[in-house]
Amino acid sequence: MMNYIWVGLVVIAVIAGAFTGTMEGVLNNIFDFANTAVEISLGLIGIMAFFCGLMKVMQEAGICDKLAKGIAPVMTRLFPEVPKDHPAMSAMALWIAANMLGIGNAATPFGLKAMRELQTLNPTKSIATNAQCMMLAIGTTSVTLLPVTVLGLRAAVQTDGAAEIIVPVIIATTISTVVGIVFTLIFQKTKRWKWENVIEKEIAAGTLELNEHYAGGENPIVLPEGYVCKYAEEE
Amino acid sequence: MTFSDVMTLISNWAIPLVVALVCFWAILKKVPVYSIFTEGAKEGFSTAVMIIPYLTAMLCAIGMFRASGAMDWLCAILDPVTSLIGCPSEILPQAIMRSFSGGASEGMLADLLAQYGTQSKIGRIASVAQGSTETTFYIIAVYMGSVGVSNARHSVAAGLLGDLGSLLAAVAIVNIMWF
Repeated sequence: MMNYIWVGLVVIAVIAGAFTGTMEGVLNNIFDFANTAVEISLGLIGIMAFFCGLMKVMQEAGICDKLAKGIAPVMTRLFPEVPKDHPAMSAMALWIAANMLGIGNAATPFGLKAMRELQTLNPTKSIATNAQCMMLAIGTTSVTLLPVTVLGLRAAVQTDGAAEIIVPVIIATTISTVVGIVFTLIFQKTKRWKWENVIEKEIAAGTLELNEHYAGGENPIVLPEGYVCKYAEEE
Repeated sequence: MTFSDVMTLISNWAIPLVVALVCFWAILKKVPVYSIFTEGAKEGFSTAVMIIPYLTAMLCAIGMFRASGAMDWLCAILDPVTSLIGCPSEILPQAIMRSFSGGASEGMLADLLAQYGTQSKIGRIASVAQGSTETTFYIIAVYMGSVGVSNARHSVAAGLLGDLGSLLAAVAIVNIMWF
């Protein structure tokens, strides 16, 4: 994907440059922008180092856990299928909290753990549950209090007014997350994406596999008699 | 004081206040703040160095694209759509890239900031849009992939609508606050 975009940009630039007679500008920009890239990156190092230092202090001081506890009441409403004291809940809360604080590196392990825990509540092997979709709706729209990289890039170009976008970002990220959550709630009831309908469709296509590690007691999905999964046969 | 003055004031205060409060709280919790800070800063160093190749690749390609005049054509095509919502068309390539690749969209943001300035309308909208959402396809691929889930159902659609929401919100907020 990125291959095509990048090659497309370069090739189109050269063709367009040939047509408009701006090849010299195209050439100069290779050198200029290579310089700019390194200048910006070098400027970024200091700011990234500072904020990552601060993030580490937040983490060590247990601020992440505090925040996770704070958002717990909201979590139970967003994830009605997940039992309140299930380990998935605390892992997700930590993941969201770490994302809020901008601790990207620390967030990923929490997120992976949360996903693994949610998978134990998934009756199927390969179809995302409502809870998994909701978790990723929150993740992909992000809830950021400190947009560290953007701050860094802005400050690398110009220190003055670099931080002016903090409040706008907090407002915009809240809006985007609300949009993501609302559409997830709407979509999970639509004909096309409803859990029961997706299961039915996959049974009909013979692609449904049950999750052998389902931890919620007896598997609620009853397969029709004589059902054989396509993938099971191949093995 | 106008609305944007208040917002700017909060933005200016936010970081120093957070820094002070976090450090104070941490020292109360008996965290060796200084050594933990420097340890974390080391990670920040590697994060910044890690994105140099992506930034260089993207900035050079965009720079060529821009100098050739192709960017002007693309913007001319997109302009009728984006001007409806008060969004400069220069932002759209970055906004679309946002959903696919974090590194590439950061490169494009850096280009917009360097070209138009951090306090231009373009620079501000692009910054807010970049900071307020995550790389939808990357997040879904990583987390769904980590447990072997292949049917992500509606999460891609919801994530992309969230990205669109963040762009529209960025346009609206920047226009209200500064322009």
